[in-house]
Amino acid sequence: MAFMTDRKRVTGLGASHTGTGAFWTMTVTSVALLILTPLFVFIFGPLLGEPHAEVIATLSRPFPAIVTGLMIVVGLYHFRLGVRVMIEDYAHGFAREAWIIVMTIASYALMAAGLFAVAKIAL
Amino acid sequence: MVELALPKNSRITTGKTWPKPEGATNVRKFQIYRWNPDDGQNPRVDTYFVDMDTCGPMVLDALIKIKNEIDPTLTFRRSCREGICGSCAMNIDGLNTLACIYGMDEIKGDVKIYPLPHMPVVKDLIPDLTHFYAQHASIMPWLETKTQRPEHEWRQSIEDRKKLDGLYECVMCASCSTACPSYWWNGDRYLGPAALLHAYRWIIDSRDEATGERLDDLEDPFKLYRCHTIMNCTKTCPKGLNPAKAISEIKKMMVERQL
Repeated sequence: MAFMTDRKRVTGLGASHTGTGAFWTMTVTSVALLILTPLFVFIFGPLLGEPHAEVIATLSRPFPAIVTGLMIVVGLYHFRLGVRVMIEDYAHGFAREAWIIVMTIASYALMAAGLFAVAKIAL
Repeated sequence: MVELALPKNSRITTGKTWPKPEGATNVRKFQIYRWNPDDGQNPRVDTYFVDMDTCGPMVLDALIKIKNEIDPTLTFRRSCREGICGSCAMNIDGLNTLACIYGMDEIKGDVKIYPLPHMPVVKDLIPDLTHFYAQHASIMPWLETKTQRPEHEWRQSIEDRKKLDGLYECVMCASCSTACPSYWWNGDRYLGPAALLHAYRWIIDSRDEATGERLDDLEDPFKLYRCHTIMNCTKTCPKGLNPAKAISEIKKMMVERQL
């Protein structure tokens, strides 16, 4: 129990003057995903159960490849921001910092792997 | 860290069942949270039976009747008994509201009354609102001006005054903040819907000259952006206000000044 005034507890370390960037980016990526997700489903939905060669052929065309690339980048960027919010909500102290580091690395690693896979197929 | 179970010393046990009033035909059962910091016991739920033929229509009427006629140790806050002071906020039938303006006819079955959720309890139905009030004070709930004070009053148009409707009516009962999961998990840093509604009330006041400083002080992932528009605050507000909208308006202003 520290001898601290109530006001001092509320003030804490003060406002960090951040957060609006993440909030706005979440909004922008949400709008982008509203467009990208139906496109992605529309392109790849009919390919479910089709032969491997046909899927590869579709993914090699410019438009499906670009949509897939964007879906990976925008989706995982959105995921990175969203999962950070979740961690900040539910984890405290060292666990919060550790989870944020782990999930940030995981997001970018998945993004890189996805882009590499698309590039390998499409190019 | 989020806690899904209550700590051992907070787990609620079954308490005393008080006898039914003799000769009463219209009786209603009340289950009320009790906790005394002095007896070292866990919290319990006591059961009371109230003769509704001799009781007023509001939940507060029943609580006062219980205190006066059945159990004088039952502890709760109350003052104005008409929804102005905000003292008697508690969790009634699963909803944070004011006992004085919540009619018992709105409740089906037994009346279950608990203190406002996720706050330290002082005794029985009284939560400790020290931190909540300090958060309110931190948003500078007063008119901040830099221009020299006018000879008469600070003038405001009718249109600008109307913008404060739906905001100034907040009575700081804490129903909204204590209904908010974000406030439950991060109430130490998140200001909560009540303080943010008040912050917005001063941000959009046409007479206030500290708009930028007010926004600066709120721009923080925890102070403001813990709000995820869950809207429990709006659903529960006993005054029918919309703190969630006020918070989203603050967020819009934050974006506006960056684009």
